[in-house]
Amino acid sequence: MKKLLILLFCLLPVFAHAGEAQDLAKDPVLEKRMIGLAEKLRCLVCQNESLASSHAELAEDLRREVRELMQKGMSDQEIMDYLVARYGDFVLYQPPVKSYTMLLWFGPFALLLVAGLGLVVQLRKRRETVPEAELTPEAHQRAAALLNEEDKS
Amino acid sequence: MMRFLLPLVIFIVLAGFLFVGLGLNPREVPSPLIDKPAPAFVLPQLHNEKKTFSPEDMKGKVWLLNVWASWCVSCREEHPVLMALSQQNIVPIYGLDYKDKPEDGKMWLARGGDPYVASAMDREGRIGIDYGVYGVPETYVIDKQGVIRYKQIGPVTPQNLSETILPLVAELQKK
Repeated sequence: MKKLLILLFCLLPVFAHAGEAQDLAKDPVLEKRMIGLAEKLRCLVCQNESLASSHAELAEDLRREVRELMQKGMSDQEIMDYLVARYGDFVLYQPPVKSYTMLLWFGPFALLLVAGLGLVVQLRKRRETVPEAELTPEAHQRAAALLNEEDKS
Repeated sequence: MMRFLLPLVIFIVLAGFLFVGLGLNPREVPSPLIDKPAPAFVLPQLHNEKKTFSPEDMKGKVWLLNVWASWCVSCREEHPVLMALSQQNIVPIYGLDYKDKPEDGKMWLARGGDPYVASAMDREGRIGIDYGVYGVPETYVIDKQGVIRYKQIGPVTPQNLSETILPLVAELQKK
């Protein structure tokens, strides 16, 4: 009796199935395309997670939405525009170049330029301020003596 | 002198930026739907599934669309505020019961009171996506032309109600 029960329990997983994987099986090509696009999109409720990797409920809904839009024949760009119209540029991991993202895109280069110019100016200035050291005759003699000493040894 | 002054200035500027950053809420995503027409929908009502609700029905009125759910924790916080507002008859509040089971939604309203003229049922959250809903509760102020004028992300509080929402409603009602 006990063995039969154990056997029955062992058979239980046969009836188990993963609901979420179904869509993947239906159309693997579309699913791959969806994941590819979802990796470029940000999950709204979780900080710094892509739509592809998030398990949040909203992310699942949005993946479903993306999947359905793809089935309708929309291009990746159209789907991105669709989501931007609803959630704003925040959903894009790569922010578009706009007037208010200029600082974000070009700020680092501007900083590099400023730092580079600063360095050049600083180096020039130093060259001017450090005069060629002029040796007194005594120092010359000492230097020569030291050099000679080295030659001997 | 310059040697110490420059790093100090840079430090102060940086600290200023960081200080401002402390006060910003990274979870708050500004909605691109402000000043755009409220997305259309027709959904069954929570209390009478045979009747529908659509933003189209509200043309000519200033109204609030409050996205709520029985499972939403912050909704409990704003619920008394909405109850008080509904009793003042200043502006009609309509609900969008987001990703909820009708039984649960009804039960939650029966228990805490129903501030809504009617609630529409968005069981699968599709209308929520059209409205850019990402964190319940959210409240939209919609004007007479059906244009979204303001979106409150997170609970309505006595403070944001009296400082932002009600003055805006009064202004829109005059137009």
